[in-house]
Amino acid sequence: MKDISSAIQLIPLENYVFLSVALFSIGMMGVLFRRNTIAILMCLELMFNSVNLLLTAFSAYHSDPAGQVFVFFIMIVAAAEVAVGLSIIVMMKRNVDSVDINLLNRLKW
Amino acid sequence: MVFLFYLLSAIMIICALLVVFSKSPINNVIYLIVCFLAMAGHYILLNAQFLAVVHVIVYTGAIMVLFLFVIMLLNLNKAIILRKSTVTRVSAVITGGIFFLVLLAATRQTFEIHAKYPFASDFGLVSGIGKVLFNEFLLPFEMSSILFISAMVGALMFGKKDV
Repeated sequence: MKDISSAIQLIPLENYVFLSVALFSIGMMGVLFRRNTIAILMCLELMFNSVNLLLTAFSAYHSDPAGQVFVFFIMIVAAAEVAVGLSIIVMMKRNVDSVDINLLNRLKW
Repeated sequence: MVFLFYLLSAIMIICALLVVFSKSPINNVIYLIVCFLAMAGHYILLNAQFLAVVHVIVYTGAIMVLFLFVIMLLNLNKAIILRKSTVTRVSAVITGGIFFLVLLAATRQTFEIHAKYPFASDFGLVSGIGKVLFNEFLLPFEMSSILFISAMVGALMFGKKDV
């Protein structure tokens, strides 16, 4: 407990910022890269979690618990979003018999 | 401890890249679970034990199992070859890389290396978070139940065969 809390002071805050930036970029790349809708939803979760990690890091370094409460609320919203998104995917599979995002390309324009 | 940070970060980055680049949806889910477990380790390293436990329960316990159930129900476990064209994939990688570089260059300039803040070690525990959650954020906490029930009704309506 004591050495865990002293570990924060050894790691500069910049490292967490860089890690979150890397994760967010990987998630964005995945959204552009994949055609499978479920994989796109997973990459979306990756982006959500990079922001969560950044909020938690800032909250821990500033000693402000409000940031961690925000992360808790983001998790609540993410759970609701995943339930609705997966049911949309199930409906898409039922209607067009595929999870290919390119079949829905009329949503672009 | 610093070594632990770099180890968890390496696991997270590698698993995130594997989520993007591996083909089978089941493998994607497994790599995402490993990535989320490493993130729970990061939360413990940041002394946010409550968030670590909630993250393991909600993300790896509920959301990822939901993904697995949908993949099982839709029978997607065989690796379907769904690929964008080579131009689109290469440009996606370039866009992600440029986005990463721009954000990195923008955030490099904005911080001192060692930010000196007054440090308290006990607010990330359940009691500290609970005091804030039920004093200052009680109304949003109750409102989230409305969000949940509307999401549940919406998911059920989407899932029905003939409305």
